[in-house]
Amino acid sequence: MKLTRKATPVVLATTLALTLAACAQSNRDSGSGSSGSGSNNKDTITFGAAGAPELFDPFYATDGETFRVTRQMMEGLVGIKPGTADIEPELATKWEASSDGKEWTFTLREGVKFWDGEPFNAAAVCYNFERMFDQNEVAAGGPAGYWADVMGSFKSDAKNALYQGCTAKDDMTAVIKISRPTSKFPTALSLDSFSMQSPKALKAGDANNVTKQGEGFGYPAYSKNPVGTGPYKLEKFDEANKTVTLVANDSYWGEKPKTKKIVFKIIPDESTRRQELEAGSIDGYDLPNPADWKGLKDSGNQLLIRPAFNILYVGLNPAKNPKLKDLKVRQALYYAMNRDQLVKTQLPEGAMVATQFMPETVAGYNKSLQAYPYDPEKAKSLLKEAGAEGMTLNFAYPSDVSRPYMPNPQKIYEALRGDLEKVGIKVNVSTKPWNGGYLDTVDNGGYDAWLLGWTGDYNSADNFIGTFFSNLKANDFHTSATSYGAQLTKDLEAADSIVDEGQRSAAYEKINQQIQEDYLPGLAISHSPPALVVSDKVKGLVPSPLTAETFSTVTVSK
Amino acid sequence: MLRFILRRLLQMVGVVIVLSMLVFLWLRSLPGGTVSAMLGERATPARRAALEKALGLDQPIYVQYWEFVKRALQGKFGASTGVQAGTDAFDIFMQRFPATIELALFSIVLAIIVGIPLGYLAARRRASWFDNLSVVGSLIGVAVPVFFLAFLLKYFFAIQLHWLPVSGRQDSGIDATRVTGFFVLDGVLTREWDSAWDAIKHLILPGLALATIPFAVIFRITRAAVLDVMDEDYVRTAESKGLTRRVIRGRHVLRNALLPVVTTIGLQTGGLLVGAVLTERVFSWGGLGEATALSFERRDYAVLQVLLLMFAITFVVINLLVDIAYAVIDPRIRTR
Repeated sequence: MKLTRKATPVVLATTLALTLAACAQSNRDSGSGSSGSGSNNKDTITFGAAGAPELFDPFYATDGETFRVTRQMMEGLVGIKPGTADIEPELATKWEASSDGKEWTFTLREGVKFWDGEPFNAAAVCYNFERMFDQNEVAAGGPAGYWADVMGSFKSDAKNALYQGCTAKDDMTAVIKISRPTSKFPTALSLDSFSMQSPKALKAGDANNVTKQGEGFGYPAYSKNPVGTGPYKLEKFDEANKTVTLVANDSYWGEKPKTKKIVFKIIPDESTRRQELEAGSIDGYDLPNPADWKGLKDSGNQLLIRPAFNILYVGLNPAKNPKLKDLKVRQALYYAMNRDQLVKTQLPEGAMVATQFMPETVAGYNKSLQAYPYDPEKAKSLLKEAGAEGMTLNFAYPSDVSRPYMPNPQKIYEALRGDLEKVGIKVNVSTKPWNGGYLDTVDNGGYDAWLLGWTGDYNSADNFIGTFFSNLKANDFHTSATSYGAQLTKDLEAADSIVDEGQRSAAYEKINQQIQEDYLPGLAISHSPPALVVSDKVKGLVPSPLTAETFSTVTVSK
Repeated sequence: MLRFILRRLLQMVGVVIVLSMLVFLWLRSLPGGTVSAMLGERATPARRAALEKALGLDQPIYVQYWEFVKRALQGKFGASTGVQAGTDAFDIFMQRFPATIELALFSIVLAIIVGIPLGYLAARRRASWFDNLSVVGSLIGVAVPVFFLAFLLKYFFAIQLHWLPVSGRQDSGIDATRVTGFFVLDGVLTREWDSAWDAIKHLILPGLALATIPFAVIFRITRAAVLDVMDEDYVRTAESKGLTRRVIRGRHVLRNALLPVVTTIGLQTGGLLVGAVLTERVFSWGGLGEATALSFERRDYAVLQVLLLMFAITFVVINLLVDIAYAVIDPRIRTR
């Protein structure tokens, strides 16, 4: 048979299509009908996420988008009481420290199983801790970041690690030993990274096999197929369609999830998330821009404002600008700032002027401290006393970012800069993109003063002022260049290791007072509440200061 | 012909080698970096150093480049750090390329089927109200910023009328089987007609937004080319020979006028494949444009390297295809 030239492509294309069609089989189950009929609620919550989860093993994650997903699937020994930053029993029903604070005994919840049917018991707890402790060099350098932060080091450097071992005292009692008493215990165990996962699945999926792949990290099979104990389990991550689907775990030990499925739809662009909500194709999203809050409420959505668990500060580097070595100069900067005005005009509803470097919900917050008032005259006279009238300050802000504690860095900066110029300080404006050199310059000590902040990981003073000012040799505030730096670090370490909670809080209160009145290593500016927005059909979502919302109590009406 | 193609492909290898070095150096000379992007507020000098060591970023640049080359020759380009952590950069490219091709094809076909006939008609009726209106329309197509057009389209068709989806490639409620990564094709192949239809609905708004510029360019080039050709001697000769209008228009006017149009279509398609950054972003289209934006924001070196190299290769290949198409349309080139 001879084909004409024109017909050839047509025949080829048809053949190709038929061949492809023959090997393409639909994977649908023919029997899957819609469920939940008769109920007034939808069987799926669709939530707009700003980014894809990095992986599904929370141990190697450090970002909020990952934790939002894993939190629905995984649980730790210690949980977080909804709506607060306080801890509550989760997979452990109670815990007790030895009198020296170095041995923690956890009584475990009975009747809990991982999704793969493995029992949750003391052996599983110890397997998890040993697994977290025993990281290879690659994982230790990067992905296992929360362990490095909390526990100091890994098995390869066991003598410097806080964690010293775990033993199963009996089937349902696990004992964890640590090298010194610390305020991190047991609070830090509420971190998502320290969730309990199935030993069998961890082994089978070679969970610890993190490798260096070029200039990134390669993760083992387990990280795509995790097994936990939580109310939801992973159904699929459709990378092509950018959705993560979780489905209810029918054998969950606690109250069963109210909605059968959660879909996280990944929408990196914020205005697109808002449009999706307006069109009704998602039920909510996180961190709406404060400029949109009013509009979102006016169009009938619910704005769920979280209690502020963060701090915005102006960092100061006395090593870069010697004038900043004088306490009077640092105080003058503080007095010059009209922070009441700033909070009212530039920060979201519910924001507060900071009186110290931690929010009031943290134990160790000093209630008696007053905010430095706005007093430009006093600022001027302090500058005069210090011989720093007309001083120059190289003050920086990040140009292209929005953080929960700093929704609009440029506007905040402009307000503060105006205040400083009013008392005669000459401000050199400096700005760089967040990932485009700003953070690098801050860490390298390249600015005299800069805007930055912090959102707490867990409820502990150590997670705020410990993070900022201990580690004398290498903290962003360059306290090593000051007369008080060494003492402050020492006091912070001492407070962290006080076993008695009351005494520990008192010690932190005293440190907070010294920081504000005697040291002033930086200027604590404000606390801003981040928000979530959901449609009027959503019920049961409790905003969490730690952004640790769980969706198992959420319903969405039709 | 074959020798010509081979020579061009060889040239491409040279281009890729030189470009890989330039891209590698350029990325590392940008301020900031992967480490800051990964650590954010948690960055302290100590954590920074540990992470740089773990990623090998503390090595001299030529060592890093050599490592990159060695891995690339094995087909491994390094794990992504920002777009999809842990996934090899080349896999990310392969995963997202179908999305971009699907959208680009949809847009270019739309631009062609509207642009060529309109351009031809406008030329035939030069200076009529139809011509003037089309020219103004095409000017608007070029001038309106994509994000604004996207906003308008979404506002009317998605938010107000609920006819079409706001963003994405497919409704998350649809249980679609993935075969090729081209969602419409997958729906057809697996006979999941609802998922094919849903994928088409998702294509319309981003497709329209993306098609405006290629449409305007194709329209204007077609119009100009047809005007040129209509004044040619051979057309007049054909008319005086008494050929039918159909033959004159089809064989003499359109065929000759199409030469510059084909070049334009090729270049525009290339542009769509590599340049749909804004459109993909505002329509949350999980293609290469979105990956380019994300990998740049998050300083994902591995992904940026692969994307930039693949974009260069795509451009070279498309230029080659344009030249081949030339030869098919214009016999003078074939015999040369």
